[in-house]
Amino acid sequence: MAFPPETHAAAAEIIARYPAGRSRSALLPLLHLVQAEQGFVTTEGVAFCADTLGITQAEVGAVATFYTMYKRRPVGDYLVSVCTNLSCALLGGDEVFARVAERLGIGHDETTPDGSITLEHAECLAACDYAPVMTVNYEFYDQVDPDSAQAIVAGLQAGERPAPTRGGPLCSFAETSRQLAGFADERPEGVAGPGVGEPSVAGLLLAEAAGWRADQAPAPLVATGPPLAGQGTGPASPAPAPASAPTPTPASSERKGN
Amino acid sequence: MPVTPVLTRRWNTPESWTLQTYRRLDGYVALRTALAGDPDDLIKLIKDSGLRGRGGAGFPTGMKWGFIPQGDGKPHYLVINADEGEPGTCKDAPLMKADPHSLVEGIIIAAYAVRASRAFVYLRGELIHAARRLRAAVAEAYAAGYLGRDILGSGFDLELVVHSGAGAYICGEETALLDSLEGRRGQPRLRPPFPATHGLYASPTVVNNVETIATVPYIVNYGVDWFRTMGRERAPGPKIFSLSGHVTRPGQYEVPMGTTLRELLELAGGVRGGRKLKAWTPGGSSTPMLTAEHLDAPLDFEGMQEAGSLLGTAALMIMDETTDMLRVVRRLTQFYAHESCGKCTPCREGTSWMVKILSRLERGQGDASDVDTLVDACDNIFGRAFCALADGATSPIVSGIKYFRDEFIPVSAVTSKPDPTPGGEAAGDGSPSQAPGAYAGAH
Repeated sequence: MAFPPETHAAAAEIIARYPAGRSRSALLPLLHLVQAEQGFVTTEGVAFCADTLGITQAEVGAVATFYTMYKRRPVGDYLVSVCTNLSCALLGGDEVFARVAERLGIGHDETTPDGSITLEHAECLAACDYAPVMTVNYEFYDQVDPDSAQAIVAGLQAGERPAPTRGGPLCSFAETSRQLAGFADERPEGVAGPGVGEPSVAGLLLAEAAGWRADQAPAPLVATGPPLAGQGTGPASPAPAPASAPTPTPASSERKGN
Repeated sequence: MPVTPVLTRRWNTPESWTLQTYRRLDGYVALRTALAGDPDDLIKLIKDSGLRGRGGAGFPTGMKWGFIPQGDGKPHYLVINADEGEPGTCKDAPLMKADPHSLVEGIIIAAYAVRASRAFVYLRGELIHAARRLRAAVAEAYAAGYLGRDILGSGFDLELVVHSGAGAYICGEETALLDSLEGRRGQPRLRPPFPATHGLYASPTVVNNVETIATVPYIVNYGVDWFRTMGRERAPGPKIFSLSGHVTRPGQYEVPMGTTLRELLELAGGVRGGRKLKAWTPGGSSTPMLTAEHLDAPLDFEGMQEAGSLLGTAALMIMDETTDMLRVVRRLTQFYAHESCGKCTPCREGTSWMVKILSRLERGQGDASDVDTLVDACDNIFGRAFCALADGATSPIVSGIKYFRDEFIPVSAVTSKPDPTPGGEAAGDGSPSQAPGAYAGAH
């Protein structure tokens, strides 16, 4: 078995998350783990999962082939996924995919000859309000167009790691896969990297600017006094009431997300 | 009509995902209230609030909790469906990234109510950043004594695991999700028995959506009367609506249930470029499309049924007058063909054949009978599969043909074809095919 003792230890740690006697629940994270080790799910990886969980290789193979994130051919350091589902397509997602494919010289589910970048068109990536989106190792590049998308992959080709719009700084596909197996991202900026941007807070910004509060609805749209937290009338405005002057435009309204 | 930020209210606060920020803004107050009371009273509170599931089906949450048999000696499980993947739906991902502790707090309260000592968040695999934030929040909650043994001295124990999936839309279907969580292919189960008695590991299980559970602490804090000041009698409370597509300011708008698309579009700056609305989905790709006729239909469960659609996940994909509906329907049908788990023949075979027919029509090689074939195929798919994916697959086709039949009939089959770009002369800013809506133009 090619897997080092550390992998066996990691597998034991994964299995311990699930109730006793329910170790099969660990199969999805274990497949992410072997993919992290080898860049895709190999027959060896399947055998490792089967041996570790005491199930057959056929059972593991059936699962590994069901889910799109488990790859059956080597994936590059970077997996580029371009969403071409409806909200992205309405705003040019197909053109983004075409340009990226042209730049990389490969098509869907293919890897560049140097083995560094894999391309796929993705189904909806749950970021429709940032459309069109693409991800690299599942970190988001929002509101891309063919030119900006081409520039991102050109950066990857040049050995750079272009900063995602949202998510942690880029890491390798192997590191991402290990996180998918449930292990923490040790980089502080991995957690602290931007999570939501302006579209996520579009409604909130309007409410902050207008002084709309949940406990007013559906009352007339008038700004009111200080927040009433703790008095059972509804959630207060997002910022804690400043001792000096509660203002209808809280400090946070300057921000455009997290 | 105001925006009512409840679940979204912390999303713009600096470091909103940390325990420190969450506690500063009323975090884990509801948990103390809940743990001091009787679990049955919590179930009653949620029943009285009228909270209905935010994952699409709108099932009353308190009733679902009440179905869990108590004193049965079996372990109970709470599973959070965070497998967000319906085209158009993008509300749970920002919630988990911006305010993960609100979900964690809701989970602890819900688990206490249904007497579950283990909870899982089944998180869509691709949402890696949400996984980081959620796992960090869970670790903080353990360290603070909100999770683990004897939570806040109450005697209540809870273990919470964040479990990343691996890319399969079908796992958003609750029984497929449970199979996937058990380490199997994500395929739906026959019901009955229902998860309330035979769920995860054949034990009583509650499966709730992220937004549903994140709403729970607010109801505990502010009460049923407050909750019912928003929304409609049969669907109270605030709801996060996700606007995307041809809209000026796409994004998340948390407004009372029953708000209309006209009001939401006003908040979001209208249809992009001042164009006219052609079609929209009220709740993601699985909900039948509607048109400008339905701008004033109330967006809640009953309101959308009356309009001939479904509220779904309140994911509004906006399509303007330049949109080629045949291309839209073909693309969405490809999605269902890709995501069909293959278990039920009508869904597996039907979706892939319908893609072929739609593609043929799009290439101009179909004939007029293809439209009838599509409708007939949908009739034979709807209601004939284990789960709602198959029903959802028919929605774009049936509603597309209902409202835009002419666009599906090949040019060769009609003597004259309606101008596909109404108002085209007014759009002097460029030809439709160069407009941001790249779906423009005739096929």
